[in-house]
Amino acid sequence: MICELRERAVVSARSAPKMPRHVRLRFDPVRGRHAVLAPERVYWPDDIAVDILKLCDGERTIAAMSATLAAEYAAPVETIEADVLEFIQGWMDLRLLTL
Amino acid sequence: MDGFAPADAVTANAAARAGPPLGLLAELTHRCPLQCPYCSNPLNLLKAADELDTRGWLSAFEQAADLGVLQVHLSGGEPTLRADLEDFVAALSARGVYTNLITAGVTLTRERVARLADCGLDHVQLSLQALDAEMSDRIGNHTGSLAKKLEVARWVREAGLPLTLNAPTHRHNIGQAAALIELALELDADRLEIAHVQYYGWAAKNRAALVPDYDAVLEEAAIVGEARERLKGVLSIDYVTPDTYAQFPKPCMGGWAKDVITITPSGKVLPCHAVESLPLPFDTVSDKPLAEIWYDGAAFNRFRGDEWMKEPCRSCPRKTVDFGGCRCQAFALTGDAEATDPACSLSPHHGLMAGFAEVSAAAPPTFVYRRIGRS
Repeated sequence: MICELRERAVVSARSAPKMPRHVRLRFDPVRGRHAVLAPERVYWPDDIAVDILKLCDGERTIAAMSATLAAEYAAPVETIEADVLEFIQGWMDLRLLTL
Repeated sequence: MDGFAPADAVTANAAARAGPPLGLLAELTHRCPLQCPYCSNPLNLLKAADELDTRGWLSAFEQAADLGVLQVHLSGGEPTLRADLEDFVAALSARGVYTNLITAGVTLTRERVARLADCGLDHVQLSLQALDAEMSDRIGNHTGSLAKKLEVARWVREAGLPLTLNAPTHRHNIGQAAALIELALELDADRLEIAHVQYYGWAAKNRAALVPDYDAVLEEAAIVGEARERLKGVLSIDYVTPDTYAQFPKPCMGGWAKDVITITPSGKVLPCHAVESLPLPFDTVSDKPLAEIWYDGAAFNRFRGDEWMKEPCRSCPRKTVDFGGCRCQAFALTGDAEATDPACSLSPHHGLMAGFAEVSAAAPPTFVYRRIGRS
């Protein structure tokens, strides 16, 4: 009964990640910062991570997200895209983002 | 005793260190259709008549959300035996609190799973006693348990809810890790917990019938390690090894009264679900505001920080890693709640652990099943 339905997703600049329904980014007024709520886990993204996560709507590609962030942070898009790809792959592996 | 530091100073210091709690474990009832001999509930189980009513729980949940609790684990006993479970899920969901249902599953219907999802339930953790029907029934002392649980797992996924399978592990099912991992994938679970039972309460009573063999633990650890690597990004596997063969203790609760509040079926507020075994004064949600209990309660401040520690913990560099281990286990095995957890190889009582392993090598005795009114 080996199951081949699920595979580790590897992202590229053309991927458009989103948060699955059961993972939620919310602002916590008690601590004054954003939290990501997931099954049996709470994560505390920093400001940059929050900016990336807010762009993960399942429509925008990582390339488009990187262009937006490059403009916002006045940084070269190549550098930003490499960082965003690495960040999103890490969050995909934690099953906090999906394609 | 608080050592040489004045008690007031310790309390003030601890209170200053405490941040808001992240999680609330709500033990809605001790009633349960299963009678697992390692149940984490206390030996002295509460009857239905002692349970906090709907209004009492709703008030506790509102206060918890105000206090900063972000996740509520609805547990028991069997939480689905409470007819007001949907009200709790809806109220918590309205406050943006993440709700996790911890269930044995056998009482659920397809309709109720769908209804709970509609009320805003975020996640289901389903227990599995064993992967063969006979052993599953024998551990829970409940007929037809496995087939029902597999059905419930499918209803959970059908309702669009993420699923964690929780398999409490001991000598009788330790050989099933590989099959469990395959089953978790087949059922499209998000997470799998392979967690050795913690030996206090019912599990301590049944220790000789439950402690696994050392070689079996090594084999299991290898299977889990390989699967974690292979299934990165596909299935999260949490693995909790048994204290019996540990070199260092577990960082119990991630630190005393640091992140989690437990509320018992009668509304007693605890720093951990097993802690009623300690001689501490516990407050009740009906008597005091939850915030006051969390920040100023004597039980909550009793082991916050490390001022209370004795040697070898006090001068140990690991004291900020494992906090001296489990206070309940320390008290149960040494009679001193401030002692180093005997699971630690630095504890003068560590030899007890080898003794437990030796007992397990003999043929296991029969289970003392968990029942209300039997302790």
